[in-house]
Amino acid sequence: MVRLITHNLLACHVKGCTSNNFPLKLQDVQIALREAEFNEDFLRGFIPRLEWGALVQAAREVGDDSLPAEVPEMLDDEFLKQLHHVLLEIHIDEGSMVCPNCKHVYPISSGIPNMLLAEHEIG
Amino acid sequence: MSRPELQAPPEIYYGDSEAIKYTNNTRIQQIQAEMTYRALELLNLPPDEPAFLLDIGCGSGLSGEILDEEGYLWTGVDIAPSMLEVALEREVEGDLFLQDIGQGFGFRPGSFDGAISPRPSSISVIQWLLNAETSHPTSSPPHRLTRFFTALHSALRNPSRAVLQFYPTSDDQVQLITSIAQKAGFGGGVVVDYPNSNKARKVYLCLFVGGGGAAQVPQGLDGEAAEEAGARAKFEKRRQREVRKERSGKKKAAKGKEWILKKKDLYRRRGKEDVPRDSKYTGRKRKTVF
Repeated sequence: MVRLITHNLLACHVKGCTSNNFPLKLQDVQIALREAEFNEDFLRGFIPRLEWGALVQAAREVGDDSLPAEVPEMLDDEFLKQLHHVLLEIHIDEGSMVCPNCKHVYPISSGIPNMLLAEHEIG
Repeated sequence: MSRPELQAPPEIYYGDSEAIKYTNNTRIQQIQAEMTYRALELLNLPPDEPAFLLDIGCGSGLSGEILDEEGYLWTGVDIAPSMLEVALEREVEGDLFLQDIGQGFGFRPGSFDGAISPRPSSISVIQWLLNAETSHPTSSPPHRLTRFFTALHSALRNPSRAVLQFYPTSDDQVQLITSIAQKAGFGGGVVVDYPNSNKARKVYLCLFVGGGGAAQVPQGLDGEAAEEAGARAKFEKRRQREVRKERSGKKKAAKGKEWILKKKDLYRRRGKEDVPRDSKYTGRKRKTVF
């Protein structure tokens, strides 16, 4: 049940891994689409918190390239619907997330990413 | 019974059977619901604004269901895989993560509008942190608490709040937890609901991010616990009334032979049909069959 909305907030937290640790790269993903309720106010409020480049990249990695490379000036309904779909309806069921810096692999199994670290990786 | 955090680490304590037992317990469900509402109240989120919350130790998603109902989007972290599995089966809306909060977490700064951790049944997330599982320096309680609070502080938006429930066993524990939270940059303090009730007493750690020190720690609820009336078993009042009646001696004695004969006589005089004959068996107890 990782959605791209939380993926977009997630950075690597291994000890000493402080730069270039975002976004985690998605690998071998299996996705599932589950409909979610459309909430326009939430989306409008959330856009400033998103790292847009990372979101577009992650969306490409799961095989969705409907998002524009830049946030459009006008937030029309069609764009918000598309964003809603990408952020909240694409669930990553299986696969893994890899830190671009330290190459730590966070496996995702049955929708739950395993974020546990080994003893020597704890900061 | 000794406290669960003294028995085994959470991911072992909440094995498959404990996870299902816990989730299906209606008493726990009810307490969890009450606590979640109270925690949301303490969070004091701006009304009519959809918020993105972090549920720490989300477990099987009992509190998450309430958040869903209230229209919040949320992300849950927990260390017990069995609990998360139950949460998956229950199809909660939030995203779930298998994570040890004592290791810190990697959410980007300003990700969440608030964090809650309403935990029933004498175990809370912070308390699991107070137990060192190994002798490795990174698993000493102050170390783990520091990492947790620092990570939490950075993951929250400015201004926002975190409401974590806990069941302190001693004042030293409260002191340790609050001092570490303050070092991590949090303001706020401890809120105690129903301080005079043994049963209903609840302790919340109410932490503020930002706010310039103007924010007041909310008042704890006081007086008689309101939940008591609703939490009673059904028909308890009726049972109590009967007990009282019995004690006061108003209840009539069992109906004896005399009373039966009198009644039968009355029926006959009134001309009622099928009144049984009087005999030596009238008003006698039946033999016990076995």
